[in-house]
Amino acid sequence: MSELHYAVGDTMVLAKRSLKRIPRQPDLLVGFTIQPIMFVLLFVYVFGGAIDTGPLDYVDFLIPGIIVQSMVFGGFVTALGLAEDLKKGLIDRFRSLPMWGPAVISGRILADVGTNVIQLVIMFTVGIVAGFRFDSSAAEIVAGMALLLLIGYAFSWVFAFIGLSSSSPEASNAYGFTILFPLTFISSAFVPVETMPDWLQPIAEHNPFTTMVDAARALFLGTPAGNSIWLAVVWSLLIIAVFSVLSVWRYRRAVGR
Amino acid sequence: MADSAVAVETQGLRKRYGDVEALRGIDLRVEAGMVFGLLGPNGAGKTTAVRILTTLLRADEGSARVAGFDVVREPAQVRRHIGLAGQYAAVDENLSGFENLEMVGRLYHLGRGPSRQRANELLADFELDEAGARLVRTYSGGMRRRLDLAAALVARPPVLFLDEPTTGLDIRSRMGLWDAMEALVAGGTTVLLTTQYLDEADRLADRIAVIDRGLVIAEGTSDDLKARVGGDRLEIHLCDGHRGEEAIPVLSSIASEPPSADNGVVSVPLQERSGAIAEAVRRLDDAGITIDDIAVRRPTLDDVFLRLTGHAAEQEEEEVEAR
Repeated sequence: MSELHYAVGDTMVLAKRSLKRIPRQPDLLVGFTIQPIMFVLLFVYVFGGAIDTGPLDYVDFLIPGIIVQSMVFGGFVTALGLAEDLKKGLIDRFRSLPMWGPAVISGRILADVGTNVIQLVIMFTVGIVAGFRFDSSAAEIVAGMALLLLIGYAFSWVFAFIGLSSSSPEASNAYGFTILFPLTFISSAFVPVETMPDWLQPIAEHNPFTTMVDAARALFLGTPAGNSIWLAVVWSLLIIAVFSVLSVWRYRRAVGR
Repeated sequence: MADSAVAVETQGLRKRYGDVEALRGIDLRVEAGMVFGLLGPNGAGKTTAVRILTTLLRADEGSARVAGFDVVREPAQVRRHIGLAGQYAAVDENLSGFENLEMVGRLYHLGRGPSRQRANELLADFELDEAGARLVRTYSGGMRRRLDLAAALVARPPVLFLDEPTTGLDIRSRMGLWDAMEALVAGGTTVLLTTQYLDEADRLADRIAVIDRGLVIAEGTSDDLKARVGGDRLEIHLCDGHRGEEAIPVLSSIASEPPSADNGVVSVPLQERSGAIAEAVRRLDDAGITIDDIAVRRPTLDDVFLRLTGHAAEQEEEEVEAR
């Protein structure tokens, strides 16, 4: 009982710490607000005209995709933050305290969920201004939002592992982008998979991002879901299971540099 | 606690990193309430020892108890009884000084109110109260170290580990930290201090273990260690460099061991320093030997280190501390 009490309390203390730094670091603040707005506008107005998305308007096609992408990268701050804590010796201090150890990670991830909610609101607002319209029931929209947050939560664990495994904040930046950035593009997020070269199509179709984006579209636009919704949930849970274990293991043997 | 008079006790601690043996069997015994200095050059194994004692690292062999608890079997208990201030000021730059201390208090599970109160107390104790509301990234190096030390004291831990607390600081900041540490020791906290600065160990530590290449090569009070290289000596520079030999028989009766002379510099080992200068001046004056300069020289820990290890303490700066 007291163990759980400390786990929750310590997570909250460290989540608060992560959230406090956002308005204090202008680069982070820009990353969370201006950047998503910019991406939505660039894609809608620059690429939108050149991409044929069949029966859907490009803005309707794009918004679920680009929001999945921003949820995936929402956990990025966790990687940077943990790598920085390692470098600065803060992880040593935390590990010498009688606190619940994994709170160092869970606090950051909880903060990510908070910033992901803010990003969701910003991006849907900008999307709607640019012409995006929901075409599904309120229950489906709520479920879609929940799925987006679940996806963001799952990838926060991936980024936690990256942050705890890389030698510096710069390195975690490089790993995160070179691994995940192409994966998000070789998917149905920005263009229909059918427009890709034949050899690339099977990769894009089996890419979990495609599943997640298809699920989001089904829930927001009423497009055929197939089994994408369930698969997206399973993928997310699988990622959480694997990377939470890996991250906590990494944290326990983490050594300050 | 098994033995409340002993704050830190280790037996045969060993740690190896690949081919490097960082610790080769360390036995330490630190009695409660004392400041124990672990003195050694970079790479001697000091940080490795502290990391094992603070539960951050596991030893390959040997055992250690801190505040009566085994570091491997009872790490949670150990953590409840220690504070750690490291080589790097481990504070969050994007929080204020107050927020840093409050966070640490919450993570020691002191509760919100007591954490805030303690943060304010410590900010005042460390003369950071005016800077308390400012973000740490605006602090100077010395201020960060003081905050780091304050963070280690949040829970009033009975055992405090200070791993090279003043490394890299300028003289004024070091002095400031020394004052802070002295005040703290007066409060009865047991401190295990690692340092590569001999003057620091000399000033702060009640007992010193000299560590080199993973082994304790000497242990005792600062005076014990100095006694091992001999006591005080009188150093006399003569005006006439050729009359050194002449001065030896004149001074031998005040010397504890036979004096020696080298190029007009006469060295006289002393049993009793009081009155030695006056007596030597009188005798040399009677013998018609004129003095250019005369002083009692006390051996420093530098002499000790050189004698024990064959190399000076503050060399090997380029070597990275094995951790």
